[in-house]
Amino acid sequence: MKHTISVLVENTFGAFDRVATMFSAKGFNIHSISIGETEQKDISRMTIVTSGDKQLIDQIVKQLNRLIDTIKVSELTGQARTERELALITVSFHKGGIEEIKNINDIFRGKIVDINNKTMMLEVTGPPEKIDAIINVLMPFGIIEMARSGTVALKRGEQIRPKNEYVNKK
Amino acid sequence: MNTKKKTMTGADIFFESLRKEGVEKIFGYPGGATIKLYEKLYDVKFLEHILTRHEQGATHAADGYARVSGKVGVVLVTSGPGATNTVTGIANAYMDSVPLVIFTGQVPSHLIGNDAFQEADIVGITRPITKHNFLVRDVKDLASTIKKAFYIAATGRPGPVLVDLPKDVIAAECEFEYPETVEIRGYKPTLKGHSNQIKKAAEVIRNAKRPLLYVGGGVIMANASKELTEFAKKNNIPVTNTLLGLGSFPGTDPQFLGMLGMHGTYYANQAVSNCDVLIAVGARFDDRVTGNTKTFAKEAYKIHIDIDPTAIDKNVAIDLPIVGNAKEILTELLKELSDKPREEAWFKQIEDWKDACPLEYKRPDNELRTQFVIEKISEKTKGEAIIISDVGQHQMWIAQYYKFNNPRSHVSSGGLGTMGFSIPAAVGVAFAIKDRPIVSISGDGGFQMNMQELITAAYHKLPIKFFIMNNCFLGMVRQWQELFHEEKYSFTDLCDSNPIFTKIGTALGIESFSTYNPDEVEELLDKVFAINDRPVLVEFKVAKEDLVFPMVPSGGSISDMIHKRINPKGKK
Repeated sequence: MKHTISVLVENTFGAFDRVATMFSAKGFNIHSISIGETEQKDISRMTIVTSGDKQLIDQIVKQLNRLIDTIKVSELTGQARTERELALITVSFHKGGIEEIKNINDIFRGKIVDINNKTMMLEVTGPPEKIDAIINVLMPFGIIEMARSGTVALKRGEQIRPKNEYVNKK
Repeated sequence: MNTKKKTMTGADIFFESLRKEGVEKIFGYPGGATIKLYEKLYDVKFLEHILTRHEQGATHAADGYARVSGKVGVVLVTSGPGATNTVTGIANAYMDSVPLVIFTGQVPSHLIGNDAFQEADIVGITRPITKHNFLVRDVKDLASTIKKAFYIAATGRPGPVLVDLPKDVIAAECEFEYPETVEIRGYKPTLKGHSNQIKKAAEVIRNAKRPLLYVGGGVIMANASKELTEFAKKNNIPVTNTLLGLGSFPGTDPQFLGMLGMHGTYYANQAVSNCDVLIAVGARFDDRVTGNTKTFAKEAYKIHIDIDPTAIDKNVAIDLPIVGNAKEILTELLKELSDKPREEAWFKQIEDWKDACPLEYKRPDNELRTQFVIEKISEKTKGEAIIISDVGQHQMWIAQYYKFNNPRSHVSSGGLGTMGFSIPAAVGVAFAIKDRPIVSISGDGGFQMNMQELITAAYHKLPIKFFIMNNCFLGMVRQWQELFHEEKYSFTDLCDSNPIFTKIGTALGIESFSTYNPDEVEELLDKVFAINDRPVLVEFKVAKEDLVFPMVPSGGSISDMIHKRINPKGKK
């Protein structure tokens, strides 16, 4: 089963490398890993998608915590969260089908960000499954090149039910 | 506020910081990238620098020093090959959780990444084998980095920390202020055990019919041997040790079952396999201990006390974890439980196992045996010596036959199993301990891996007994070849290639002896243990084809041990 782990690390030389080294040294899987700045300049957020049973995921979380440069490790799987990935996909349309690709793009709410007489580049954002789906649908047209950002994720805010008269009175 | 701070060079800051950390000994080897530091060191009086003959030797020496003294071992080497030569020593310390700070010189900052002369990315190389490491890029960060390095190395689960020092940083100047405290937001080791967990553990142990303590090196590192012994004695719980745990509980105590695991005692392994509550303290369920994890202590409710949360549930599922410092947790546990009566049936059962399969070897024999020599050393020193073992058969026999009565007395490369560890580690030990006999024991193979450090010992007139158990073989590999690899003794026979060990000793200015006669051993030991102002070397020519028993074949269940040759082929 896939698990998404969010890690706040010191924005210092080597922090990313330490995490990556630990994963390879311990033989843990990485499906995707992404890193970027946070609202605090000296802290970066890494989002790691990995897989394994509960014992393994617990061990991964503990090993991440053990690194000196990690500040906070949160396992997001099983929690209310938003996951997003961005993909740039260059598709060929020389066999025709430009309208069809446009339709598909609309269905997935993508953007056409580049076009020439043979290929066009789509930008799609969404949960990783959505990216998988559009890739699947575009495959028959001929995907020339593709880049995926890897998943970024954040825990969602708690939904606090407003104290509503109507609700209280049923 | 103090407005005028002194401006100092990086080299000055380096030594001033070491002084603040209370460093007394530093093991090292100079070179181009550290020449400024050595220039400064020329006038430094507060610490002693020990020049080893190889950087690996320096690292093992610092390791040995740290293990027996409880202080942080400090190493100073140059860039490139100086730094890479420390790698085995660092990995060794990392596996056994030994606190070291290794300072490596580095090429000047502007040359980093240029394939400069004597450049190596030592921070990258050592990332997986250090607790943490640093590259100091600005002299302003030097003092705070050194402070952090010592703090990280010594606290929590200890380990090696490397600090890489570019030549220009050492030469640069800035105002010096050594931080009083250290704050690392990503590093907060848990020390105090969870009180509910401790209460629960006390309850479980109180009701146990067949309790057993499985104690590792963490107890020694935490200086918790006294608390452990008190807890075991007051509650009548038998104790088994890991290799690195030896010395945490008196080896002569009737409650002591010896070592467990692959070459542990039969009765310790039976006790583990049949106990109903297993209390692991500062041990990590290493594969050499557990054998097949599926059958390890299958019956037992498992309590695991460890400072490192990653050790919990790593190899074996734990029923009740208590994360924290062993000393603090055992102290709390003692408050909860200190009058558990003796479970007679359990002790009777253990006695029966002891009677059925005691540790033994064939005694009436004209051939000299390592086991015999170690028993004699144990008797001679009354378990009060510091024994620094190398790796292999003799290491296991030391664990089996030397009765360690004190913590920090058994120095051995447990996790990494580094041949060539003993001689340099003994050098480090001799710089920490002045009032007890120091015995370095190696096989003939391991002896040749770092024997250059005999020169260091001879130069400093260190009172170390260097004993070689010469069986003309890489004995432990030979043992596996005999038992499991069709007796193909591939490259383990050293008979034709070994040097004359006594001549090596003599050439280095070390008085050297050799014997193959069991009847001579006691007299020879009397003689060499009377020499306390210089090193001595003794070669014991021991039986060539001896095997370490009992043994659990790799991956087997520890309840199934081999006690004698399975494929005799006319051998004894």
